[in-house]
Amino acid sequence: MTAISDRRQLAYIAAQAADARVNVELEAEGMTLNIGPQHPATHGTLRIVARLDGEQVIEADPVMGYMHRGYEKLTEVRTYPQVTTLINRIDWLGSFANEVPFILAAEQLMDIEAPPRARHIRTIFFEMARIANITLFLGDMGVQLGAVSPIFYAFRDREHILNQIESATGGRFHPNFDRIGGVKDDLPAGWIAETKQSLDRIRSFCDEMEDLLVGNEIFQARCRGIGVIPADIGLSYGLSGANIRASGVDWDIRRDNPHPGLAYPDVDWKVWTHPDGDSFARYWVRLQEVRESCSIVEQLLDSIPSGPIMAKVPRIIKVPEGEAYVETENPLGIMGYYVVSQGGLEPFRVKIRSASFSNMSISPWLLKGTYVPDVITILASLYFILGDIDR
Amino acid sequence: MMLAELLPDSVSYLDIPIKLLFAIIAVLIPAGTTVYLYLFKMVSFMQSRLGPMEAGPYGSLQLLAELGKNLQKEDIFPLRADRSVFALAPYVVLMSTFLLAVVIPFGPDAQFTNINVGVYLALAVSSVSVVGILMAGWASASKYSLLGGLRAAGQLIAYELPLILAVVGVVIQAGTLNLQGIIQAQATGEIFGWGGLGNPYLLTQFVGFFIFMVAVQAELTQVPFDMPIAESELVSGYMTEYSGFRFLMFFIGEFATANIFAFLASVLFLGGWSVPPFVTDLFGIAWDSNWMNVAGPLVMLTKMLLLTFVIYWVRFTYPRFREDQLQKFAWKFLIPLSLVNIAITGVLKVVF
Repeated sequence: MTAISDRRQLAYIAAQAADARVNVELEAEGMTLNIGPQHPATHGTLRIVARLDGEQVIEADPVMGYMHRGYEKLTEVRTYPQVTTLINRIDWLGSFANEVPFILAAEQLMDIEAPPRARHIRTIFFEMARIANITLFLGDMGVQLGAVSPIFYAFRDREHILNQIESATGGRFHPNFDRIGGVKDDLPAGWIAETKQSLDRIRSFCDEMEDLLVGNEIFQARCRGIGVIPADIGLSYGLSGANIRASGVDWDIRRDNPHPGLAYPDVDWKVWTHPDGDSFARYWVRLQEVRESCSIVEQLLDSIPSGPIMAKVPRIIKVPEGEAYVETENPLGIMGYYVVSQGGLEPFRVKIRSASFSNMSISPWLLKGTYVPDVITILASLYFILGDIDR
Repeated sequence: MMLAELLPDSVSYLDIPIKLLFAIIAVLIPAGTTVYLYLFKMVSFMQSRLGPMEAGPYGSLQLLAELGKNLQKEDIFPLRADRSVFALAPYVVLMSTFLLAVVIPFGPDAQFTNINVGVYLALAVSSVSVVGILMAGWASASKYSLLGGLRAAGQLIAYELPLILAVVGVVIQAGTLNLQGIIQAQATGEIFGWGGLGNPYLLTQFVGFFIFMVAVQAELTQVPFDMPIAESELVSGYMTEYSGFRFLMFFIGEFATANIFAFLASVLFLGGWSVPPFVTDLFGIAWDSNWMNVAGPLVMLTKMLLLTFVIYWVRFTYPRFREDQLQKFAWKFLIPLSLVNIAITGVLKVVF
């Protein structure tokens, strides 16, 4: 524990020192380059203090916390239904996926089980959040590499998924739709057919990306063999999600340890892995994941059972004393909520295990010895959301 | 009254202002055309959006709006910038663009200066922009600018060589360094005894054309060779600290140079201002009749738009290389290829 705080202390001191020399100061042993906190490639306010020798990175230290919003503390003064509004904003591109593990933890504490239809709807939106999130990554990776067009295709096709989320939940980005014991509303009429159409759009978008980026020689030259994460090192840094699957670790909580509150056992899909562990593998695995998500949603839409969408839940939600930890396979990796209740209206303590924070922690190891252009592509391929790092 | 009569041979007090006016027209009007047509509209349609639509019909006055915006902006100097160098750098870059335009022929007489080493001059002055970019990178007192400037220097010097070597094949085939001479050789040339199409060097020097366009893309620091301004890495490279008018000058320099290089490529490979002889035969005029002074600029503009279309098409489709991959590409692929092209051209020139 002390070692970690020492390192962060050092990073902080290094950052302070870099601040003092914002202007060009060529030093004998290299130059300190401040990438961020406001930089086009950090999609938010991440700061990387990189010591450079020419264009080679000797040492890179991520400085986090510019966007810390104190959600863990804020949850302590919100009732359980209110908390979902806050935690929607953690990974803002796949908002619904943030609500699910928290609601599942609360349900577990209250010993409530959502009815099958609610479980299906939940899983549908969970996967749609994943599609909306990763679709943007697939385009954004192109931008980080200098190809400007893919991001526009991503925005264009993601819009159809967002429209579907909006028409059912009322929230385009932040649905706030999950409830303890079920979901807020039933699906509107005609929604299922429309969603299938928008899934076709996403499928054709995936094909387009395969042509435009994956098959591109420059893309391959920039991504293959860059930022290789061996499986054991990735695991020791706590990587999860597509990042660790791209290193050949066949591990997906949706399949291996599904929570009974989600309908994953009812569907059939493949968990993709890639042996290389480089930036290209991470992109490729995510591309396949979007396709699999489309098929998951389609299967769930076909097999959605009838019935109620809410279990019997008291009007005022009081969670009995106890603690629960629930983790799910979110778009960015494993997200977990450790909820401690002392029997009140509000949680006593909520600890959020967000995927990006752990995924980001490998960056000092990974960025050592790379070139400045590769720093950008490696960070892009690790795919973090700043809200998910800082919370 | 012909253009040649408008521009007397001896230097008069009217000579310089008239030429200056024409130079500005020749550089800025094509630049505005391509920026509106390609940078605003074509790219928007490629990216499934509309582009500017508010200023004028279909956003056609957007250029003026951008001009006004940039002229109003504050001219910011970074605190620790080398002020005089910082201020001068955009002028140097723009100067290279205007110098390039000096030798480009737009018609039999519509040319600013007809010198016998036109190709040589054009390729020589195109490197002047490197100096401006290095100045901008160094004087900005910003690490991103510095990295961008150094990348630009390495890149532009590496790509000068394929650019020049690609042209050598054309020069061998035409037997002259004079750009008018190269156009004449293409317009009056014959393909196996048939002169209806002339002999555009695109048909024989297609390897040279490919190398030339790739090297032009690199010279212009456009994707896939845009590391000097790599937006996602270096914010905006050597241009990072510039604002307002000086940024506009870099901007004009970038796009006007793209046009001038496209003009140059159309002179070298597509027959320049000349049209295929069967067309002139249709009208019953000689290939270099005076009418071509009027039609020539339009022909050039058409050919330029075709070539810049390719430049922007590539620019908005491809990802970018890394600096070392770019150097590898230049030294291990383009330069050997262009040397082989020169050797084959030389042999064939002797044989036929």
